[in-house]
Amino acid sequence: MSVIEAQNVSLTFPTADGPVHALSAVNLSIERGDFVSFIGPSGCGKTTLLRSIAALETPTGGSMSVAGRDPDAARKARAYGYVFQAPGLFPWRTIAGNISLPLEIMGFSKSGRAERVARVLDLVELEGFGGKYPWQLSGGMQQRASIARALAFDADILLMDEPFGALDEIVRDRLNEALLQLWRKTGKTIGFVTHSIPEAVYLSTRIVVMSPRPGRITRIIDSPLPAERPLDIRDTPEFIALAHEVREALREGHAHD
Amino acid sequence: MTDGTLPMPAIRSFRLPLAKAAPVVTVLLVIVAIWYAAAIGMNARWERDQAARAGTQIAPSQLVLRTLSQDRPVLPAPHQVAVGLYDGIAGQKITSRRSLVWHAWVTLSATLAGFAIGTAAGSALAIGIVHSRSMDQSVMPWAVASQTVPILAIAPMVIVVLSSMGITGLLPKALIAAWLSFFPVLVGMVKGLRTPDAMQLDQMRSWNASRAHVFWFLRLPASLPYLFASLKVAIAAALVGTIVAELPAGATAGLGARLLSGSYYGQTVQIWAALFTAAALAATLVAVVARVERITLRKMGMQA
Amino acid sequence: MSALPIIGLWLGGWALNIWLARFDRPLTRGAVAAIFGLTVLLLWEMTVRIYQVPTIILPAPSQIIESLVQNRSLLLTDFVQTILRGALGGWVIGAAAAILAAIAIDRSPFLQKGLLPIGNFVAALPIVGIAPILVMWFGFDWHSKAAVVVVMVFFPILVNMVAGLRATDAMQRDLMASWATPYAASLWKMRLPAALPFLFNGLKITTTLALIGAIVAEFFGSPTKGMGFRISTAVGRLDLPLVWAEIVVAAIAGTCFYAIVALIERRATFWHPSQRINRG
Repeated sequence: MSVIEAQNVSLTFPTADGPVHALSAVNLSIERGDFVSFIGPSGCGKTTLLRSIAALETPTGGSMSVAGRDPDAARKARAYGYVFQAPGLFPWRTIAGNISLPLEIMGFSKSGRAERVARVLDLVELEGFGGKYPWQLSGGMQQRASIARALAFDADILLMDEPFGALDEIVRDRLNEALLQLWRKTGKTIGFVTHSIPEAVYLSTRIVVMSPRPGRITRIIDSPLPAERPLDIRDTPEFIALAHEVREALREGHAHD
Repeated sequence: MTDGTLPMPAIRSFRLPLAKAAPVVTVLLVIVAIWYAAAIGMNARWERDQAARAGTQIAPSQLVLRTLSQDRPVLPAPHQVAVGLYDGIAGQKITSRRSLVWHAWVTLSATLAGFAIGTAAGSALAIGIVHSRSMDQSVMPWAVASQTVPILAIAPMVIVVLSSMGITGLLPKALIAAWLSFFPVLVGMVKGLRTPDAMQLDQMRSWNASRAHVFWFLRLPASLPYLFASLKVAIAAALVGTIVAELPAGATAGLGARLLSGSYYGQTVQIWAALFTAAALAATLVAVVARVERITLRKMGMQA
Repeated sequence: MSALPIIGLWLGGWALNIWLARFDRPLTRGAVAAIFGLTVLLLWEMTVRIYQVPTIILPAPSQIIESLVQNRSLLLTDFVQTILRGALGGWVIGAAAAILAAIAIDRSPFLQKGLLPIGNFVAALPIVGIAPILVMWFGFDWHSKAAVVVVMVFFPILVNMVAGLRATDAMQRDLMASWATPYAASLWKMRLPAALPFLFNGLKITTTLALIGAIVAEFFGSPTKGMGFRISTAVGRLDLPLVWAEIVVAAIAGTCFYAIVALIERRATFWHPSQRINRG
């Protein structure tokens, strides 16, 4: 059963220099438990597509469903957790306070909040840091806290917009590994925007390749890699071949320019 | 970093003055309407008392009309203030003691003199402070603390004391205006002269630049945005200082004196007219500084 | 010859400070400032005594302190009347009104566009000028003084608070949207905390304005107590030491008022970068 469905979705921004076609004729279906990466150059609409799924953006054409309803209803039903490029933690709250913020808004009981905060802190390996303030933590730890915040209310869908884009490669590798483990443990459906080919190939079960002007999907590649992926899988021929395929697809998308 | 994000739709804001002015005009109209309503409400009691004393009844429409045309209303209606303003500005010879232009000029001259003195002194002390550590540590804490002291409140006293020493006229008022504009300029200039960061200062050091070079080529240009920001505060403060300095009994010239004599004789229209003149003067002065700021900064390549 | 001790003291204090300033530690920084203040006071005292400056023009610090002690009950009455009732009362009312108005405006872009230019304009005006009008309306007692203070502090706090409520970034707002946050929760948990540093900026600026408004308004009519009243009558009686004593009280009150607000700010916005630097 598909959790996220997009049929012929288009989105046009009016600007002073004429309309910008951010998305055009996007068809996509994401199954439960999929790890789907969206990859493509600037302006290909990958973030816009993710934001449309989250109902932070409203498509101007086509139809979309998230968890069996329209995206805005899904947002109101708190069907997904969203992780942004930057941690976006509130500086006046502790790490635990930040993670419990969506829970407070959604009306969880105090004991329920404490229990969930402890559980997700454990999940992202930040146990013991709940009492710290965001500005006392490193960038990588802050981003882990923001992932914990998105996990806290146990939505089935996790949407991530270049969550590790601002981090250095060493931290990024570790977080990629941790994210994969987390995904296998929880069985969530994950939509993941990135501009890194190795990251997309390493993480995903399916890779959606997009290209700009107008923003559209040029290819959807299913990954033949096994679910169990140690970091050194990146040196195997299968991985290299898949990365090559993605690179070729990206190049094709550009051939029209 | 924003890879994947669409270039934000550059919806060019409509720079039509109309679109910008419409909300302001609407709010202004609402204020005028509230003002009229308040004038009717606040002036009605006197009319009713008058009518009761005369033993007559007045019709509501009559009452409203009369509340808007009293000689000494509790709250003059906007059109009465407008008439008062017109009469004070255009209805008199500008050398007349009843001319608002003349009173405004008296206030303005003291304001500008004080502003000039205060700015010069504030800038000079700021330059000393950034170059001398002992001056910085001695003076700065007091300068900062002094901003929390209601200096303005003692302005009238200073005037009286100075006049007992035989100093009268423009100078005492200008001194108060100078005192008030001195501190914003000092604090702003010290902050501005210190904006160049360690990298820029090291760059100058790598060229073996002298202190004078560092000052003229780095510190002074970097401080200008801060200077202008404090100049806007300072000129408004100088005007307020001058007006308050004109309050002590005996002063006969200037907008402050107009306010006081209006309050002595219950001439509310006169008070409001003086108040609006002061407001216009303040707005003009700040606008002039802002204009100079824009031109200067644009010439230097910093957009403002 | 009589100028010698004055010049000597000046040079001595100066040399001491130049020497102390080189250490640049918190303790020596405080000492340098204190020595500077003390030197100015001593120079003032010496100048008045040596040149026998008439008290009408400039009383010596010792005379001012003497007057401060002698008139302490009078000064206390004035302090309560002007500072606590007029200034503090008006400041609290004005700040509360401005905060509520800012929250109301925050939801309406039209009101923001209409009121903010006017608010910015009014914030630069010589508002003390309305004192005579408000004294006519609200009578001689502290109510009219508080009213002047309300009008004076309203616009600076309003302008700061509105700017603060808009200080959330796009990501924080998106985050709130992704949780389908109701307006009240996003106001309480995001906008208000984010606005606090701006609010405190407005609150600090207006502490001095409040004192000025309360004192100046008394020049236009007051009961027979209050700092403005006392200053104007003492000037009339040429009791300059009393005038200066009132000024000292006003200065201390102003500094304390500001310091208390700044202290509350530190506790409430400990997370803000500007406060964190101080913590090291």
